[in-house]
Amino acid sequence: MPKKVIMKGNEAVALAMRQINPNVVAAYPITPQTEIVQIFSSFVSDELVDTEFVTVESEHSAMSASIGASAAGARAMTATSANGLAFMWEVIYIAASLRLPIVMAVVNRALSGPINIHCDHSDSMGARDSGWIQIYSENAQEAYDNMIQGIRIAEHEDLKLPVMVTMDGFIISHAMENLMVLEDDKVEDFIGEYKPQYPLLDIENPVTYGPLDLYDFYFEHKRQQAEAMRIAGRIIKNVADDYEKLSGRSYGLVEPYYLEDAKVALVVLGSTAGTAKACVDELRLEGKKVGLLKIRVFRPFPYDEIIEALKGLKVVAIMDRSDSFSSFGGPVFNEVRSAILSLERPPITLSYIYGLGGRDVNLKDILGLYHDLEEIVFSGEPGEVLRYLGVRES
Amino acid sequence: MPKVIEIRWHGRGGQGAKTAAELLAEAAGAADKYIQGFPEYGPERMGAPVVAFNRISDEPIKLHCHVTNPDVVLVLDSTLVGKIGVTDGLREDGILLINTNKSPQDMRNLLGSIGKVFTVDATGIALETIGRAIPNTPMLGAFIRVTSLLDLNFFIAHTKEELKKKFKGKGQIIEGNLEAIKRAYQEVEGE
Repeated sequence: MPKKVIMKGNEAVALAMRQINPNVVAAYPITPQTEIVQIFSSFVSDELVDTEFVTVESEHSAMSASIGASAAGARAMTATSANGLAFMWEVIYIAASLRLPIVMAVVNRALSGPINIHCDHSDSMGARDSGWIQIYSENAQEAYDNMIQGIRIAEHEDLKLPVMVTMDGFIISHAMENLMVLEDDKVEDFIGEYKPQYPLLDIENPVTYGPLDLYDFYFEHKRQQAEAMRIAGRIIKNVADDYEKLSGRSYGLVEPYYLEDAKVALVVLGSTAGTAKACVDELRLEGKKVGLLKIRVFRPFPYDEIIEALKGLKVVAIMDRSDSFSSFGGPVFNEVRSAILSLERPPITLSYIYGLGGRDVNLKDILGLYHDLEEIVFSGEPGEVLRYLGVRES
Repeated sequence: MPKVIEIRWHGRGGQGAKTAAELLAEAAGAADKYIQGFPEYGPERMGAPVVAFNRISDEPIKLHCHVTNPDVVLVLDSTLVGKIGVTDGLREDGILLINTNKSPQDMRNLLGSIGKVFTVDATGIALETIGRAIPNTPMLGAFIRVTSLLDLNFFIAHTKEELKKKFKGKGQIIEGNLEAIKRAYQEVEGE
């Protein structure tokens, strides 16, 4: 029987890692991810997992060791946050281009400086073009579920792509919530035994990883990588269908919430999607036609699903918990806006940057935002495209 | 009562506000409630003002933000009253529970017309039962009395198991905490 538990997000992710029982975990602690590494290392010392735990001296080495282990044929996992992810920078691209199915938990935290330990998405959004699949979690339950699905997605024979599973630092990682967890053997059956395709340790069939690849073949390799990402959405959905049979919980690439008849909507990812759903519930009781679209999978970018979900709306606020400093909105805004421009009558789109460095975003903030959107429907005047929610400007 | 009961804890670093919020979340969760329990993480140090939050509901909780309009505020250290806005956003019919040896009327005089005021000498009880000035567990006993959100015996049985994990082999501390919960449940005073 699945078990009801009370856990923090970090505990839930560490539990998922215990149940996955990877061959190798190489990780370096950083707030707010630290507990994942701490709890998992106690699973190792208590012999609850068979994992070779590599205590590296930095995140660059954590990812490098994960790459080495994965290329050797191991199921390898790691976890990081913020500057730790930034320090992995050059090697995360290598993990993706070598097609190594590493699964990494990213506990979202603002990048310095100034130094800040709290949540925003500047860390994982910075890695959006690295070739990793990115799955964002709304709460501890989703973080747990996404970690387990992440293994099946990463290791799919047509993909062989690394997967980042994110959750919001502190807001989810350090908050106790209810969740349902699966039995160990059910997780073991779901992820199956890992059968690496071209392991370095298969000395009967020697292979080379990461050789010099100039203008003769580099482009073809990149094209294949892009092709894997192109079909990844379908595979992520198939894995979600299988996971639903096991868990009863349903997942898509995006999650529409009261969009059918909505006039205005938010597009949001991470924990704020939950707060925004609570706002929609409240406004719907008043008869307001509001909705929201949660993006679960940001890489690959689910443009078909987004176009389908947002058609017919009048005004859409696209929320970014990071700034791109392009002076034209955040990364989620730019991609969502670009996707829906293909609609015959695209909705008015606004970019809202919010919650940087952990700035709290509450019911009142989002109710105010919906109110602003309704005013735009009424007046037909979109006003400023780029807006900042919940910041002191004077 | 509103659908989601929102609770805010005020204390000072070292008084166990975070642990209390976690113990409450675990106990309410074990009683089949939907819960959240989380502290506000800042540059904590011993004696500095700290805040922690709980939400308790019969339905899944979607909110992921701080509690700004609490139904219940618990103040672990009465020296915070007047220095920190402990009643900020407290709902009109909300409950304010303060650890002090003063009467609810005395605290009301300090605070003005805010909700329902309850007091309990949680530090005094903690010193007598646990032998240390850690008022978090007795405050939970008083909380259960004034909110009726959980059954006292269920809470004691559950907390005993949780404390066993935290204080392995220290039976005296565990018994002291349980006694503190019972005494605060009896001794809390309202207006």
